[in-house]
This record gives sequence, C-alpha cells and structure tokens, in this order.
Amino acid sequence: MDINAAKDIGAGLAMSGMIGAGAGLGILFGNYLQAAIRNPAAAAGERSNLFLGMALAESMGLFAFVMGLLIKFT
Amino acid sequence: MAAIEPMEQFLVKKVLDLPPVPLPGLGPVDLSINNSVLFMLIAAVVIVGFLAMAARRELVPGRLQAMGEMIYGLVDGTLTGAIIGDRGRPFLPFVMTLFLFIAILNFLGLTPLVGFTATSQLAVTVTLAVMTFSIVLIVGFARNGLGFFKLFWPSNMNIGMALFLSVIEFISFIIRPLTLAMRLFGNMLGGHIVMFVFASFIVAMGTFALNGGLASLGFVGSALSFAMVMALLLLEMVVALLQAFVFSILTCIYLSEVVNLDHGH
Repeated sequence: MDINAAKDIGAGLAMSGMIGAGAGLGILFGNYLQAAIRNPAAAAGERSNLFLGMALAESMGLFAFVMGLLIKFT
Repeated sequence: MAAIEPMEQFLVKKVLDLPPVPLPGLGPVDLSINNSVLFMLIAAVVIVGFLAMAARRELVPGRLQAMGEMIYGLVDGTLTGAIIGDRGRPFLPFVMTLFLFIAILNFLGLTPLVGFTATSQLAVTVTLAVMTFSIVLIVGFARNGLGFFKLFWPSNMNIGMALFLSVIEFISFIIRPLTLAMRLFGNMLGGHIVMFVFASFIVAMGTFALNGGLASLGFVGSALSFAMVMALLLLEMVVALLQAFVFSILTCIYLSEVVNLDHGH
C-alpha cells in the first residue's frame, strides 16, 4: 500500500478517539444540567468543577487529535 | 475550477517585509510582520482603545462604560472572584487580558474576506498556554515554597494508593499546557475548516446546476449549503466567546489550586 494512503487511513482512525470525548462531554453536561434543574441553588457553586471535568474529558479527545496530526504530518 | 484548499486560509503570509534583526545569542532573526502578528496587533489596539474609551469614570455610565463594566463584572464575578476567591484579585488583570485577547482574536477571524484567525496558529495558542502555565508555576512556588508538591499528594489515603494517584496527578498537571493550547487551536481550526467546506459546496453545486436540465436541482443544494454556512457562522460566534471563556476559566482553576493550596479550597 502507498505509504501516504496508509498515513491518511491511520490519521482518520486515530480520530475515532473523539467518540469517547464526545460521549464523555455529553454525559458530563447532561448530568450537570439534570442536577442544576433539580437543585438550582447549588448549580453555580459546581460550575468550576464542571469546567474542570470538561477539560479532563476533552483532553482525551485532544490526545487523539494530536496523534492524528502526528501521523498525518510526520 | 481551481482546487479547493481548505487549509489555505491558515497560511501565514508576510505583510510587511523587515530586514533581519540580529539578536544577542540567537543570530539574525526575521521579525517581519506577517498576518498573524498583524491581527494580534489589531486585537491589541481594539482592546486598548475600547478600554481607554470605556474607563471614563463617570457617575452615570454611558454605553461604552456600561459595556466595560459588564465585562469587568463578568471576569470579577464568575471567573476570579467565584473560583479563586478573595485572593484572586491580583490575577484579575491577567485573566481579563487573556479573555479579551482571545475573544477579539476569534471574532476577528470570523470577519468575511479579510479575516485571519491568529488563534488557529499553534504558535500563538502554545505561547498563551505556556505563559499561563509558567505563571501558575511561579505563583505556586512563590506562595508555597516546596509545599507546592502537596498539590500532587492526595490526603486521607493509604500510602500505596497515594503513590499511585500522585503519579496520575503529576501527569495530568504536566499535560495542562498541551491541552490548553490544543483545545483552542483545535476548536478554531475545526470550525473554520467546516465553514470553508460548506462554503465550497455553494460554489460547486451552483456551477454544476448551470449545466441545465435535471442538474439545476443543484441550486437547492447550493441554497441549503448557504443556510448551513449562516448557521455555522452563528455557532462559530458562540464558540469564539465560549473558548475564550473556557481558556480563562481553566486559567482561574489552575491558579486557584496553587493559590488556595493551604486552604483545602
């Protein structure tokens, strides 16, 4: 197989790590919204935890993105 | 028709050619003004101009002053005040600068025809992230001394578990500048590529529809793509503001960890 074609396929496959990040973000924000509707008074206090969790969940997707870029451009 | 190149919009081009400047220890360095630098300069001028006009200190605020006070209230109320607490006041200028700079750069990138997104350059986002990370390190060591390393040590745990967790904590601390930079870069790059691809559909389907006959159905696809580009543009405006907010909120969280280390905040 052509090495460039293999690289493109590999980069595309590396992007599938984004599935987990997307699912994680959905679970995170969904649960936050659910909790915020049940107890609106406590919602503002947990917002920093929300964004910290978002940073951690999204960093996994970003690793996949970095791997994809590394495969494609090195 | 020329080949459609979605990455072309991110090319760094020289705007003003300057002769190389010899710097001590580095040799001659090319300090020409490219479009990335140009847009950062425009952003700086916009921010400084806006704040100079907004900070009139009148008792009854005008429109600009009210807007400036709202932005200040946002940064003070939901970022430094709410996350870092009372000790967050000294970091307010830094966080507000980050927020305004990234937001203005993102919005300048959405300008049609002339827009260039400086935040879609990894060099820019990495610089901002490394700057944030070094400020966190400097503040951490200056405030806590070697007690800074307590950050990685979970309390109320047996020693084996604590050792294991501290390694994980340390790794997640080290990758912070990388994720901070890649988040902004990836969001801007991805959003602009998607917008470009849909915009190229408009032209491609429109020219295909000019063949006449059944092919003129392509006008429908062209119109749908146009509607999609408008919707994406609105989404990108939300993302532009949201990413600036996320960057500054994460800066606040990271600062809060080292500033309130002895508080168990």
